[in-house]
Amino acid sequence: MTNDKKLLSVNNLSVTFGTGDNPFTAVDRISYDVDAGEVLGIVGESGSGKSVSSLALMGLIDFPGKVRADSLTFEHTNLIGLSENARRKITGDEIAMIFQDPMTSLNPSFTVGNQIMEAIEVHQGGSKKERRAKAIDLLQQVGIPAPESRIDSYPHQLSGGMSQRVMIAMAIACDPKLLIADEPTTALDVTIQAQIIELLLKLQREKNMGLILITHDLALVAEAADRVVVMYAGQIVETGPANEIFKAPRHPYTQALMNSLPESAEGHDRLKALPGVVPGALDRPQGCLLNPRCPYATDRCRVEEPGYYGPEGRQSKCFYPLDDNGRPTQ
Amino acid sequence: MLYFILRRIGMVIPTFIGVSLFAFALIHLIPGDPVTVMGGERGMTATERAELEAMLGLDKPIWVQYFQYIGNVLQGDLGTSYVSREPVMSEFLTLFPATIELTVCAAIFASVVGLTLGILAAVRRGGLLDHTVMTISLTGYSMPIFWWGLLLMLLFSVNLGWTPVSGRMDVIYWIDEVTGFMLIDTLLSDEEGAFTAAVQHLILPSIVLGTIPMAVIARMTRSSMLEVLGEDYIRTARAKGLSKRRIIVKHALRNALIPVITVMGLQVGLLLSGAILTETIFAWPGIGKWLVESISRRDYPVVQGGLLLIATIIILVNLLVDLMYGVVNPRVRHSK
Repeated sequence: MTNDKKLLSVNNLSVTFGTGDNPFTAVDRISYDVDAGEVLGIVGESGSGKSVSSLALMGLIDFPGKVRADSLTFEHTNLIGLSENARRKITGDEIAMIFQDPMTSLNPSFTVGNQIMEAIEVHQGGSKKERRAKAIDLLQQVGIPAPESRIDSYPHQLSGGMSQRVMIAMAIACDPKLLIADEPTTALDVTIQAQIIELLLKLQREKNMGLILITHDLALVAEAADRVVVMYAGQIVETGPANEIFKAPRHPYTQALMNSLPESAEGHDRLKALPGVVPGALDRPQGCLLNPRCPYATDRCRVEEPGYYGPEGRQSKCFYPLDDNGRPTQ
Repeated sequence: MLYFILRRIGMVIPTFIGVSLFAFALIHLIPGDPVTVMGGERGMTATERAELEAMLGLDKPIWVQYFQYIGNVLQGDLGTSYVSREPVMSEFLTLFPATIELTVCAAIFASVVGLTLGILAAVRRGGLLDHTVMTISLTGYSMPIFWWGLLLMLLFSVNLGWTPVSGRMDVIYWIDEVTGFMLIDTLLSDEEGAFTAAVQHLILPSIVLGTIPMAVIARMTRSSMLEVLGEDYIRTARAKGLSKRRIIVKHALRNALIPVITVMGLQVGLLLSGAILTETIFAWPGIGKWLVESISRRDYPVVQGGLLLIATIIILVNLLVDLMYGVVNPRVRHSK
């Protein structure tokens, strides 16, 4: 992989909450890269730190949350250590984000046009007339019918799908190089979900944006992402190209996630679910964080934390990565 | 929006009828009657008494009295004071500007200080400023008005001599009454220093009267702001790279103000009732003092009329608040 394609490079990012002797680590030393024009899927169940890590990228973690990283390099600029003002110039301009629930993510007191134009005003300026024309054009791009009149609508007059389109229009208003989509379809109807994803991918291709797609929908990631990062309890447990990960997961957790898909339970009465839940703040096990739930755990897993094994770009955090047949190696 | 306004105005009518009934009933329920008071210590004969009652219309059944009264009110006639023989309406109109002036100044003090403190406390949540503001507001809310008024008077008027002790104006100035509002009339007159004197007279009563509403508004603004600052759309605004100031002033405040405006409207009622105490402490020649004196004289028409007028003002203010609601909150405006 050559360096000049690299858009974002996350190096040992941690986010902790709370002060005192025992702060809760929501994101634990994660590292990954995003190339220009690439779709990176981040998957994991609730509480695995997917959203928190992306909020940290945007600089949106507030006290008592604490963000640490060796570096967060975006286009040769290390975001860590930038002043608040300098950081804000990049946020919303070159890195933009859309959120899970579009209905609550738009300000109910202002028209959608006002909210889109605001993003343009802050980063690009221009006359009010120009900004309005641009906002109408953006609404057109995200597939909102009759944008000339819709621009003066208030959020409560729009459906969930329409609101998410507006959110997308707002996010791409300044032609960002990186778009973070945090569960963009979770709050929407199933029929709308596909349309929104299609729209996101279309815009991503047209504008050659890097796209980080955060989701717990494996099928979606398999379809949309070039590369995948699997997170568990704040850590990255596996990374690799999407097709390889789905063909032959190396980490027992990824395997368990895929086994829990309804498709893999065909012919069985019950879904194969991983027993237990993600460990919370106070019950983090020693050693590998998955060991209480892992069917293959050994004594070593219960004491020692595994490092990353495997070739560059296809790594898993397991002492005994699974082979192509889904059996642990010794 | 027009439909919203019309519907809201329509709701005023039943409220008004209820209030008139209530004001009428209340004054007849309290013990004592005006005729006895008029007789004074010497008392009067039964014939005199009957004559007087007939003259005042008090001999008729109470419901007849009510309908006669309402009929007159609808024609703009609130009756004549038993004591001064002046029409209630004209007495009211003479005294009302003084109360308005005091109430408006108190409301401005309460809103400006309350909103500022509330916003600052919310933005600096958990900090020293937040704790200070909350302590001030709790103290302000718990303080009895008359005691607070006397304390301030003692400190600023008696010990420091910064402000006059009481009244609306110094006797050395002769101010022609044009609008009835001292601040405006002094500006119109050619008396030098009169305006400054009028302001000085207003400061303490306004602060005293505005303290409780200020405390309420500060607390309400703070909690409303805190709630709004945790909303998803604030995160969206931050993700757009907006400055902190813009997020607070534009995105948060606009939404946080909705409940605060309601509270402000309710405080107007409190201001008018608080004015009764404040006016008494500072010898402020307004409605409050007039009403208190009329109650002790059993001056039925004045008390009834005064209550009715004050209630009407409160109803109108609340109507105004509701209409403002529609301006601030698009969801109200569009609902049918």
